[in-house]
Amino acid sequence: MWSWCAEPDALSSVTWLSCYLTTGVHFQFYNAFFKVLFLLAIIAPVSLAFGFMGAMAARSALLPLRWFGRSYIAIVRGVPDIAFFLFFVIALDQAFEWMRHKAMCPDWSEPIRQGADFIVCQQAKLPLGTAPEWIHQFYAFGLAVVTFAIVFGAFAANVLFGAMNAVPRAQLETAEAYGMSPRQTFWRIQVPQMWVFALPGLSNLWQILIKATPLLFLLGIEDVVYWARELGGTKTSRFTEYPHGDWRMWYFLALLIFYLLMTWGSEKFLNRLTLRLSKGQATTGGEAQRKEAPV
Amino acid sequence: MKTLILSTAALAVTATFALADGHAQTVRMGTEGAYPPYNFINDAGEIDGFERQVGDELCKRAELTCEWVKNEWDSIIPNLVGGNYDTIIAGMSITDERDEVIDFTQNYFPPAASAYVALAEGVDLTGGIVAAQTATIQAGYVADGGATLVEFATPEETIAAVRNGEADAVFADKDFLAPIVADSAGALTFVGEDVQLGGGVGMGLRESDGELKAKFDAAITSMKEDGSLNALIIEWFGPDAATY
Repeated sequence: MWSWCAEPDALSSVTWLSCYLTTGVHFQFYNAFFKVLFLLAIIAPVSLAFGFMGAMAARSALLPLRWFGRSYIAIVRGVPDIAFFLFFVIALDQAFEWMRHKAMCPDWSEPIRQGADFIVCQQAKLPLGTAPEWIHQFYAFGLAVVTFAIVFGAFAANVLFGAMNAVPRAQLETAEAYGMSPRQTFWRIQVPQMWVFALPGLSNLWQILIKATPLLFLLGIEDVVYWARELGGTKTSRFTEYPHGDWRMWYFLALLIFYLLMTWGSEKFLNRLTLRLSKGQATTGGEAQRKEAPV
Repeated sequence: MKTLILSTAALAVTATFALADGHAQTVRMGTEGAYPPYNFINDAGEIDGFERQVGDELCKRAELTCEWVKNEWDSIIPNLVGGNYDTIIAGMSITDERDEVIDFTQNYFPPAASAYVALAEGVDLTGGIVAAQTATIQAGYVADGGATLVEFATPEETIAAVRNGEADAVFADKDFLAPIVADSAGALTFVGEDVQLGGGVGMGLRESDGELKAKFDAAITSMKEDGSLNALIIEWFGPDAATY
């Protein structure tokens, strides 16, 4: 990248490092950080939405819907993440391909399953074999978002379900006494008041989600942990301009700092959010704020 | 939100409909990218190595468009069978066990020696602890012998295990170990006898992909005949390497 990098062997340590850290492969490493952040930024709201719908379904007055919501929460929370990730993504991918195969290649006579092979016609492949690599990456990314959202949505649903039930009954009764319909009571009284109860649980989930991103590599997305392992590994002088020994420790140290910073930052943000949400609430936090406030 | 996700999925499905027709087949080549000189990631972040050059040349001769894909060694066969890519070209030795699940082309690299590397001479190779990469012929060989096998997911970790004393020796392809031993400034050394394993390195394909296999077989034959394969072997593995 820099002009002085033509002869890395002859460089002193600082300039050598400046060249080493700006190789193409290192930029893929730096990109992976943005990939992880971007993924978190998408997954968090989508999971929250899944969780909200799951909680609403679990509290529904309709019996089938209630069953659906409760079994979603129970099943997904019960299955180990790693099994869910491996199985679900492959199953989802094959389900899409199977549907496309049925729709697009009706004349196909051979069976789709031949022993261990899963064969669909070329046009039904998803993404197409001819598609450029970024589409494959994008597709894998999409699958990752859906899978993460379903898994974390179930946990969020459980948290929100509990939070909705924690809203004091007196508040809801007052709303009913003012003549609000059940729907109005839910949206105007229960939902605004439940967040402060849900926040501790949700902040736990968020911290777990941050740490769960290395699961991405199971889905074929090259995340920061993959690159740290690959770049930190021993490099011999035959195959690189920048040979070095086993440096995985340093790369993982960098990851440690990254993840600690993420945790620290989100902790600060969540604390402020708790203060903001406690304002005017009939909770101990809200009560304390009321007493401190200047009259 | 559910409808949003469903409609995004539906959009993705329909968007690719339009692109589906009339394209020549693109062959996706799956490799590990962590096993020099066979395959590795170079400084620019691209897949490089002996197999990259052989693969590109084979695709040119077979008139195929090829695209390279990275995959963990652990799941390299399941992902081929599941259709994520169409070939495995990752220093994979042809063995009977693998041949039951996938098909191989003829070998493009002759049967090669595997070797032991340890910190010093005099390590007990028959009763000690030997490191090898999971699901390799070397791991199978150690497991069948008297030594205790410790398996690791990546080749890098097998070397690290010897350096930090977790294992007495590492057992791997000699061509992979040679540059590491050469660069270790005397810390690592070859021990014991070399062992001949496997039926050479071939390209793995799905059993149902007979047509593609025939194309690659023909291309490998033509590279063997005009000597270009030998030239690449010598370029990457040194003048002492076994050739055709």
